[in-house]
Amino acid sequence: MNEVPLSHFLLLSTALFFIGIFGFLSRRNLVTILMSVELILNSVNINFIAFNEYLWPGKMDGLYFTLFIIAIAAAEAAVAIAIIIHLYRHYRSIDAEDTDILRF
Amino acid sequence: MSTSAMFFYGLAASVLITALLSVTSRNIFRSAIFLLFSLVSIAGIYFWMDYQFIAAVQTIVYVGGIVVLIIFSIFLTQQAGVDLPAPLRSRTLFAALAAISGFLLVGMQLLAHPFTQGTDAVLSKDMKAVGNGLLSTAENGYALPFELVSILLLASMIGCIVIALKPNTIQE
Repeated sequence: MNEVPLSHFLLLSTALFFIGIFGFLSRRNLVTILMSVELILNSVNINFIAFNEYLWPGKMDGLYFTLFIIAIAAAEAAVAIAIIIHLYRHYRSIDAEDTDILRF
Repeated sequence: MSTSAMFFYGLAASVLITALLSVTSRNIFRSAIFLLFSLVSIAGIYFWMDYQFIAAVQTIVYVGGIVVLIIFSIFLTQQAGVDLPAPLRSRTLFAALAAISGFLLVGMQLLAHPFTQGTDAVLSKDMKAVGNGLLSTAENGYALPFELVSILLLASMIGCIVIALKPNTIQE
């Protein structure tokens, strides 16, 4: 456990975060954009757990923040998929280029 | 390097490689499966750090819930076996540029910053301690956010049903 320094965890989560940012910016399909958002949320969770383990080992606040982020991410994914399915009914496509009207 | 550290670096490499494949794969179904492997490897990292409860929640909610939901929505909105249209080349280029420069910026800040190791006694993170803290109303208890999250989940569930209803069933 102690052989791996904290900075390696932070580099891992930074790399994961920016892989998610890359997918978010370059993808066109709304479902794949949602997958990139899930990667970004996961990278934040790794950060919380690593800080909790290394900087405040006597507390559990990072653990609870991670739990609540996971719960909110589940709610967010469900709402996003409902919106995507509704968009598909209107446009027959979930390409981010085709859905450019702020209505419905 | 000990075996334990090698486990960590193996898991970290598997997280990053499958995440990269997941955001670049042209087949959307394959992309969802790569996302699944990435999430499983993150759960492995939590297990490696002895946070069993978070690892279990990660496996149940992400792997068992969100990825299955994403795969359902792929089946509902895509023709199976058809590759995605190619992303715009200029957009891919600028997205890669933004991601790499952001990573370098944050990474250099991280390596330059001295983090002070915590000195307080290590608290056990077993299920009993986690559950007692989550439902405690004393100081540092998380009973109020716990209740708020349950209200949020109820609201989002109702919201999803309303959004995904067929439009002509609303008027009846």
